Amino acid sequence: MLSIKNIEVVYNDVILVLKGLSLEVQEGNIVCLLGSNGAGKTTTLKAISGLLRPDNGDITDGEILFMGTRIDRKDAAEIVKMGIFQVMEGRRVFKDLTVEENLIAGGYTRTKGEISEGIEKVYTYFPRLKERRKQLAGYMSGGEQQMLAIGRSLMAKPKLILMDEPSLGLSPLLVKEIFKIIKQLNEIEKTSILLVEQNANMALSFSHRGYIMENGRIVLDGDRDYLLANDDVKEFYLGVSSGKKSFRDVKHYRRRKRWLS
Amino acid sequence: MEFLTQIIIAGIVIGSIYSLVALGFTLIYKSTGIVNFAQGELLLVGAYVCLHLTVSYQIPFIFSFLITLIFMFFFGFLIERVFLRRMIGEPIISIIMLTIGLSSLLKSIVQIIWGTDTRTFPKIFSHEPVKIGFLNISMVYIFALISIAIFLGIFSYFFKTTKTGVAMRAVASDQQAALSMGIDVRRIFALSWAIAAIVSTVGGVLLGNINGINTSLSQFGLKVFPVVILGGLDSIIGAIVGGIIIGVLENIVGGYIDPLVGGGAKEVFPFVAMIIILLIKPYGLFGTVKVEKV
Repeated sequence: MLSIKNIEVVYNDVILVLKGLSLEVQEGNIVCLLGSNGAGKTTTLKAISGLLRPDNGDITDGEILFMGTRIDRKDAAEIVKMGIFQVMEGRRVFKDLTVEENLIAGGYTRTKGEISEGIEKVYTYFPRLKERRKQLAGYMSGGEQQMLAIGRSLMAKPKLILMDEPSLGLSPLLVKEIFKIIKQLNEIEKTSILLVEQNANMALSFSHRGYIMENGRIVLDGDRDYLLANDDVKEFYLGVSSGKKSFRDVKHYRRRKRWLS
Repeated sequence: MEFLTQIIIAGIVIGSIYSLVALGFTLIYKSTGIVNFAQGELLLVGAYVCLHLTVSYQIPFIFSFLITLIFMFFFGFLIERVFLRRMIGEPIISIIMLTIGLSSLLKSIVQIIWGTDTRTFPKIFSHEPVKIGFLNISMVYIFALISIAIFLGIFSYFFKTTKTGVAMRAVASDQQAALSMGIDVRRIFALSWAIAAIVSTVGGVLLGNINGINTSLSQFGLKVFPVVILGGLDSIIGAIVGGIIIGVLENIVGGYIDPLVGGGAKEVFPFVAMIIILLIKPYGLFGTVKVEKV
């Protein structure tokens, strides 16, 4: 449903961040995009959702197709209407709006009837938000804010949700809860999800497929079981390491070179 | 005692007009980050348009007032579209300079069309004051208070419950996040200018009915600065409370200190207050205190 073909993204006309990145999201899948800091994961999501321009970024090459239509030249509002919604990193709830007002803002592209329907649906997924509907979002805990951010995305009835680090700054227990909800959304609402994560272990175990990126390129991809079994992934992203190692073996770049070929 | 109450009532009326104009200023500042120096000129244009309709075309005041509001809505829209849309992303100082330029331009245009003489609205309200208890309140004041209350009511309903109103506050709160949910930020900017033009016009027309109209009415735009500094630049409630406080204090100073110093204290007082507020409470009564974590 979403396919990114060889895109290049440049910030401020000089800084090349994505260097020919390609990626596919199949309908109904959860796909995770892993990578270290500064690999270009967030940039990839922003390129899809049309949010690059406020950051002075520009797609200079390649194309992005969503349900067969090119979207890389469209602006953010149109892309949301087509059914792609980005849950931004760091939750970004509207702090001085109440929970319910945040949800209304999320449903901006929808009609009045759909908004009240949507609010009820969000409350069934997150009963805790219903208890706090009149509370200012800024006074809620991190976990509740993340729930609100996800609930807000549901309001727009998206076909594809782009999630940027939903686990950021949450306790392990909450991370698990959030991921369970993501799984539910995928199964019940049939929403496809492109998930960017640092928490590779958790993200992979909930995904159908995964991509690993480094330095603006995809270096490895495959379905969940393949990636979980891959030695390099185990060592660099899952933190599993067996036996004693000599210093030579941990030199990352040797192995990375193999991926780049 | 009676003198004081009269002064306070006049202060509340003028203050609530300040509130209304400050609301427009705050709205633009909050959603677009622009400090609008042309706020007073919007007020001026609105007042003259309404006067022109009432005097030259003999339209009954209430209708000319409504037509003016509709006209000013599109006028605000147009200003954003023509001048400010292309400034998005430019340095803030250039945008402020642009609004200063705009204020001179609008003022000159008004002077070219309507001249510089003081003109008055035809007698709409009877000059007989209404007696409430021991107080004498003129009809204009009552009309002013009622219409301001109506407008504030409409706006708080609009911002609290309608989708567009909530979206405007969302843009003010976090522009990029608002963009990510498909909110058309440029439309919201235009709408802020349109609403700011409307509230200024209401202020202008009311003032015109109280004191008459000439181009110095645009000075009123500058009085908005003490108000918003007191209330907090980015707070809508602050604009309303700040307006009334400044209006009342200004009138008290005018009533009691002006006779001692021979006049002029009333005009200066809001700015003296502004400097004092900046020294002791730089974010105002309701403004967001920016705290940086280090």
